[in-house]
Amino acid sequence: MPKSFNVNKYLRMDKMPHIWCPGCGNGMVMSAFLRAVDSLQLDPNRVVVVSGIGCSSRISGYLDFNTLHTTHGRPLAFATGIKLAEPTLEVVVITGDGDATAIGGNHFLHSCRRNINITLIVINNYIYGMTGGQYSPLTHKGDFATTAPYGNVEPELDMCKVAESAGATYVARGVTYKPVSMEDMIIKALENKGFSLVEILSQCPVYYGRMNKKGDAVEMLKWQKENTVTMKAAAQMAPSALKGKIITGVLSSRYRPEYTEEYENVIQQAQESAQ
Amino acid sequence: MTSERRLMQGNEACAEGALKAGLQFFAGYPITPSTEIAEILAKKLPKLGGKFIQMEDEIASMAAVIGASLTGAKSLTATSGPGFSLKQENLGFAIMTEVPCVIVNVQRLGPSTGGPTLTAQGDVLQARWGTHGEHAIIALCPASVEETYYLTIMAFNYAERFRTPVILLLDETIGHLRESVQLDKYDKMKIFSRPRPWETPDKYLPYAAEDDEPPPMAVFGEGYRYHVTGLVHDETGFPCTGNHAAIDRLLRRLTNKILAHEDEITLYKETMTEDAEHLLIAFGASARSAASAVKIARREGIRAGLLQVQTLWPFPEKLIRQKTLGKRSVLVPEMNLGQYAREIKKVVSDKTMVVTLSQIDGRLFHPNKILAYFKGEEKHAEVL
Repeated sequence: MPKSFNVNKYLRMDKMPHIWCPGCGNGMVMSAFLRAVDSLQLDPNRVVVVSGIGCSSRISGYLDFNTLHTTHGRPLAFATGIKLAEPTLEVVVITGDGDATAIGGNHFLHSCRRNINITLIVINNYIYGMTGGQYSPLTHKGDFATTAPYGNVEPELDMCKVAESAGATYVARGVTYKPVSMEDMIIKALENKGFSLVEILSQCPVYYGRMNKKGDAVEMLKWQKENTVTMKAAAQMAPSALKGKIITGVLSSRYRPEYTEEYENVIQQAQESAQ
Repeated sequence: MTSERRLMQGNEACAEGALKAGLQFFAGYPITPSTEIAEILAKKLPKLGGKFIQMEDEIASMAAVIGASLTGAKSLTATSGPGFSLKQENLGFAIMTEVPCVIVNVQRLGPSTGGPTLTAQGDVLQARWGTHGEHAIIALCPASVEETYYLTIMAFNYAERFRTPVILLLDETIGHLRESVQLDKYDKMKIFSRPRPWETPDKYLPYAAEDDEPPPMAVFGEGYRYHVTGLVHDETGFPCTGNHAAIDRLLRRLTNKILAHEDEITLYKETMTEDAEHLLIAFGASARSAASAVKIARREGIRAGLLQVQTLWPFPEKLIRQKTLGKRSVLVPEMNLGQYAREIKKVVSDKTMVVTLSQIDGRLFHPNKILAYFKGEEKHAEVL
């Protein structure tokens, strides 16, 4: 992190203060993203940030890039149109767990499969915040939500595993209590030529925290610390010690052909056959 | 090459018209009876350096088209009833954010899966009101293969001119009809592209416009760094939920920018309307049936005439008022239960009788139904 870094130059300061509740993790992820953009020296004119609907999806409005606040669940589909039409743009989708894995699950799956060069940052706070605290596909079984007043009966989805098996070429899971590692993951994701997922475990003290008696934001960050284990550390641990722990770090990184490059080949082939 | 006559399908003419209009991006999902449009463009677009993508669903196709258009690409999607239903939310997003694009709906019999290969005109009002909230829309409807080519180009021109999604309503009959066409007469047609901002980025207000005009549109990536949201927004493009005056201005402008230009957008054809006692008003495939009924009726001494509306929306109110003035009756043959006839009834003088003639059995509207009406023998005729 260069000392001269000034987050304000990437923000639309006239849109502050933001709408997020005190203690929310969205700002921490936004800041990590901006540090990543700064350390890669990306040209703001060539960065497109696409978001869906929900608390975290309001990020797009605060960032001084080309920004698109889409319909619920669809940011990846909009982003796919942008990236395919203009592959030289740096396209980033920032959204939440409900938007990405429930209503947007289909687009998530197929974006991974295409390995289109888009970075997806999912801020996972285990809850629908904007609508007041309903359970999402990432809410853990047994957790409480306004629509799970007796405890969530549905098992949670591991979206990183899904991304990896569907074909994403960079998959990482970060936590808001580790901002430097979060920033590093986002840098790697932006550098990856293919579809990248960075899932960030975040805190919603107002809805998820309150309903599940997780305490305030600080308590929730402590919970993250106690309940997550890095890939590296996990390799040294016995399976019994890993029970109930969430694995963080770079979960998968590999090469597969990237979609827009593959389509450039189609164009070349079609044009050659036309001659 | 272009001066040759070609035997061509309606769906093919649509794809060719889109390319003529400068199409650069297509996103779609397979659905009968529109699939040929996607198939043809999958082959032709990359030859021209354009992009084709088959998305995972209809919703994604509509989203991708809007995304591509924000980068400056003229964009198209094509579908039929079930897919058209799925696209409605994002269609509303394109209206709200003023992103130009064209949506083809090759109508099939509905509701639901209905009849994928059966013809119908049941989506006339869905094209008008399918997405939620107050809005205006442009919808064009061709009655021949050649008109499909022409109206596809016009659809793009209007989309770009007014910064709005434009719906091209084909029906299964026209989509799959093969006719001999000569397209070179359209070679000199004016092709319109969206106006770009002339201000420098620091002075750009992405949604600042006159009360009945669209604003100029910047392209993502060119330095304007603006915000696009489906939320109500002011001239800056940012949400203005608490500013009721700005909300009012936005929503009225979105409608007025289309309604104030009714004359410019109204396209139609007419045959023997002047001395007609009975005026048929029709569109799409049923306009062909009406044309042949008019010919036969005239031979039998019935003074019938045909007004074929090519622009269904915005409703061509002035045209309909003017052409129906003094007529004894207005007959509206449709492959639905009178969706457009009821719109016509709203603007026609009480002295003129408006009759809806309907056929919804999945077959092309039969001219004999119109002739039977003149003989007082048509059971699916209703005076409105």
